[in-house]
Amino acid sequence: MQAPQFDEMRAADGSVRAHYRGFQDWVANVSPRKIEQKRSEADTAFHRVGITFSVYGEQTGQERLIPFDIIPRIIPQHEWTAIEVGLQQRVRALNAFIHDVYHGHRIIKAGLIPAEHVFGNAQYRPEMQGVDVPMEVYAHIAGVDIVRDGDGRYYVLEDNLRVPSGVSYMLENRRMMMRLFPELFSIYAVEPVDHYPDALLDKLRCVAPQNVDDPVVVLLTPGAANSAYFEHAFLAQQMGVELVEGRDLIVHDQTLYMRTTSGLQRVDVIYRRIDDDFLDPLAFRPDSALGVPGLLSVCRAGRVTLANAIGGGVADDKSIYPFVPAMIEFYLGEQPLLPNVPTFQCRRAEERDHVLAHLADLVVKETHNSGGYGMLIGPAASTAELEQFRARIKQDPARYIAQPTLALSACPTYVASGIAPRHVDLRPFVLSGRDVQVVPGGLTRVALTAGSLVVNSSQGGGTKDTWVVRG
Amino acid sequence: MLSRTADSIYWIARYTERAENVARLLDVTHRMSLLPGNDARGYWGAALSANGLDEAYQEKFGEFTAAHVVRFMVLDDDNPSSIRTCLRSARENAHAVRGVITTEFWETLNATWIEMRDVKLARLHGAALAELCEWVKFRSHQARGVVAGTMLRDEAYQFNVLGAFLERADNTARILDVKYDPLAPEPRPGNEYYEWGALLRSVSAFEIYRRVYRDIITPVRVAELLVMRADMPRSLRACMDQVHSTLRTIANSQSTETERRAGKLHAELHYGNMRQILRGGLHAMLTDFLDRTADLGNRISADFLIP
Repeated sequence: MQAPQFDEMRAADGSVRAHYRGFQDWVANVSPRKIEQKRSEADTAFHRVGITFSVYGEQTGQERLIPFDIIPRIIPQHEWTAIEVGLQQRVRALNAFIHDVYHGHRIIKAGLIPAEHVFGNAQYRPEMQGVDVPMEVYAHIAGVDIVRDGDGRYYVLEDNLRVPSGVSYMLENRRMMMRLFPELFSIYAVEPVDHYPDALLDKLRCVAPQNVDDPVVVLLTPGAANSAYFEHAFLAQQMGVELVEGRDLIVHDQTLYMRTTSGLQRVDVIYRRIDDDFLDPLAFRPDSALGVPGLLSVCRAGRVTLANAIGGGVADDKSIYPFVPAMIEFYLGEQPLLPNVPTFQCRRAEERDHVLAHLADLVVKETHNSGGYGMLIGPAASTAELEQFRARIKQDPARYIAQPTLALSACPTYVASGIAPRHVDLRPFVLSGRDVQVVPGGLTRVALTAGSLVVNSSQGGGTKDTWVVRG
Repeated sequence: MLSRTADSIYWIARYTERAENVARLLDVTHRMSLLPGNDARGYWGAALSANGLDEAYQEKFGEFTAAHVVRFMVLDDDNPSSIRTCLRSARENAHAVRGVITTEFWETLNATWIEMRDVKLARLHGAALAELCEWVKFRSHQARGVVAGTMLRDEAYQFNVLGAFLERADNTARILDVKYDPLAPEPRPGNEYYEWGALLRSVSAFEIYRRVYRDIITPVRVAELLVMRADMPRSLRACMDQVHSTLRTIANSQSTETERRAGKLHAELHYGNMRQILRGGLHAMLTDFLDRTADLGNRISADFLIP
C-alpha cells in the first residue's frame, strides 16, 4: 500500500503552498520559449565549464553532464531549522559512536548493538583500534540523504560518512540559477551556500595534528578518471589547496610529504576522496596504485589527519543504520529529532519472514552497496526480479535490509511536456570540527522519469538548486 | 608546487604552442608549394623532415602529397605532433590540473578541444585549410592572453612560460629549417624572394622585417632576424632569453647544470656572429640548436617535473 505522494508545491486541495507562490506568479508571466531558451543556455554553460561526471560500466573516458533542472526546490526556513538541528544531533551521535567503536565499546557492552554487527562489518578497521584522532571527529564531512514521505515528514534514508559527493553541484547549481534568473532572487530571500568551501577548509585546518601552527591541507583524489574528479578539482581550487594523487605523496621518517618542484614538503591534513581500501597498499588492498604506502602508520602515529578518518564507514553501513536512533539516546541523552525510515533486518528470522512475505511492497537494499546499485524496488519489479531477490535473500539474509516503499515527495520539474511533478530527495552536507555546521539546503536530486523513485545520477537522475527561504 | 602539476602546466604550454606552430608550418609550406614551377612534393617532404616525422608519414602514406601531409599534420591521432593530438593533449593536461589553473584558462582549452574534435576532412582543402590554420593560431593567442590576463605570477606561471618558449624555440628552428633541410628542393630562379617572404609571413615577421631593415629581403637578414634579434618575439634568441631567465627564477638544488647549459646557449646567441654561423651552414647550426633544446627539455623534466 502506497500513501499518496507529498507535493512540494501544492497542498492536497490544489492550492499553491505559501513558499511557492512567488515562483508561481513569476512563472505565469514568463513565456515557455524563454524558459526553454534559459534551459539550453544552462546546458551550454555546463558543457563549457566541463561539469561532467563519468559513469562506471560505460566506455572508459565517457563524460556526461548531470541533467540540471532549472526549477528550484524551495524549503521554508522553519522546516529547514528543524532539519538542521536534527542533522547536527545525528552526526554528533555518529561521531561519538565511531569513537566508541575504536575505544571503549560502551554501546556494545550496554547491549544496544550486537558486537558482530560492528566487528564483523566489512567497514570496521581493526588497525584504528585505540587510535586517537583530533577532537574525536571521524566523519568531518557527512552527506545525509533525506526524503519526505506522503505525510510530508522528513526521514533520514541513509548516512554517507565515507566520501560523500555532490557538493560541487550544490554550489554550481546556485551559481547557474543566479546567472539565469537573477529576478527570482529579488522575489525570494535565499540563504546563501557559497561559504561551503571556506567552512570546509576551516574544519580541515582545525583538526590538524597538535603543534602544527599553519597546517598544510591537501585534497587526495584517485585521479582524472574518477567519476567525481570534477568535484575534487573544484573543491581544491575553491579552498586554495593542492589537489594531489597518491603518486605525489611519499612517507619518509614517519612523516607524509608531497613531491614539489622545490623538493619534499610536509603535509598535515588530507581531505581524501579515496576509499579506505585503496589508501595504503601496505595496510589494505596491496594492488592499489591510488594510495600511499605507509600512510596508515603516519596516521596512527598522529602525524597526519585524514578526513574522513579511516574506519568511519562502520557507522554508515546499512546494517548499522537501524541503530542510529538508539545511539542518539545513548551518547547524547536526547530524543532523535529526525526519524529513521522503518527498517527490517533480514538477518533476524521474524523480520526476514515479513520481508519475504511482502517483497512486492518493499525496497530491498544490499547492506554494503551504495549509489542505487544492488537494489530492488518491489512495486516496480517484475515477477522474475522478485524471485531472483527472494532467492538471494534466503541464501545470504545478513546482506539485506528492507524498507517500506516511500512515496518520495514530488517537486515541479521542467520536462519535455512542460512543468510536471517529479520525485526528489535531499542531501545536505554536514561539516564537523570544533562545532557541527550545515550549509543551508544541500543537493536536491530528482528522478526525471515520470513515476520513477530512483534519483541517483548514475541511474539517470538530475539535480536542482535547493533554496532555504526566509520569511 | 607539486611536480606533477608543474609537469602538466609545462605541457599545456608546449602543446598549445606546438599546435600553433604546426599551423604556421603548414601555412608556409602551402605557400611555397604553390609558387609556380616549384616542386610541391619536395616542400611537403621537407616540412615533415624538419619535424622528424618523415619516416612515420612514409610508413603510413608513402609518397608526399599535399592532401596526405595536411591530413597527417592536422587530424592524425597517431601523429604525436598533429594539431588534433596537440590540442587534445593540452586539454587533457589542463583537465588533470584544472583545480590549479584559472577557470578562464581551462574553459579556453576545453572549448578549443571541443571545436577541434569536430573538425572533418572537408575542412582541410584550399581556403578552408587557411581558415583552420588561422583559427588554430587565434585560439593559441587567446590561450596566451588568458594566461597573461588571469594567472597569478607564481611558479605555475613560470612553468607555463618555460614550456611555451622552449617549444617556440624548437619550432622556429624547425620552420627555418624547412628552407634549409637537405630534402628542400632548389627553388626555381626568381622564386627565392617569394619563398623567404612566405617564411617570414608564417612567423608573423614579414612586416617586422620591412620595419627593421627597410631593404630588400636577403637570406642572411632573414636568418639574423629569426635567430639573433632580441626584439623579434619568435626568434631563437628571444625564446632563449625567456628560457634562461625563467630557469634562474625557479632554480632548485638540482638544476644548476641545466641552468648552465641554457645560459651557454643563450650567450652564444647573444654574443654570436651571424656570418660566422652561416659559414658552418645554417642547417648544421639549427640541428645543433634542436639537439640542445631537446637536452634542456629532458633535463627540466628530470630536475623539476618527474623527480
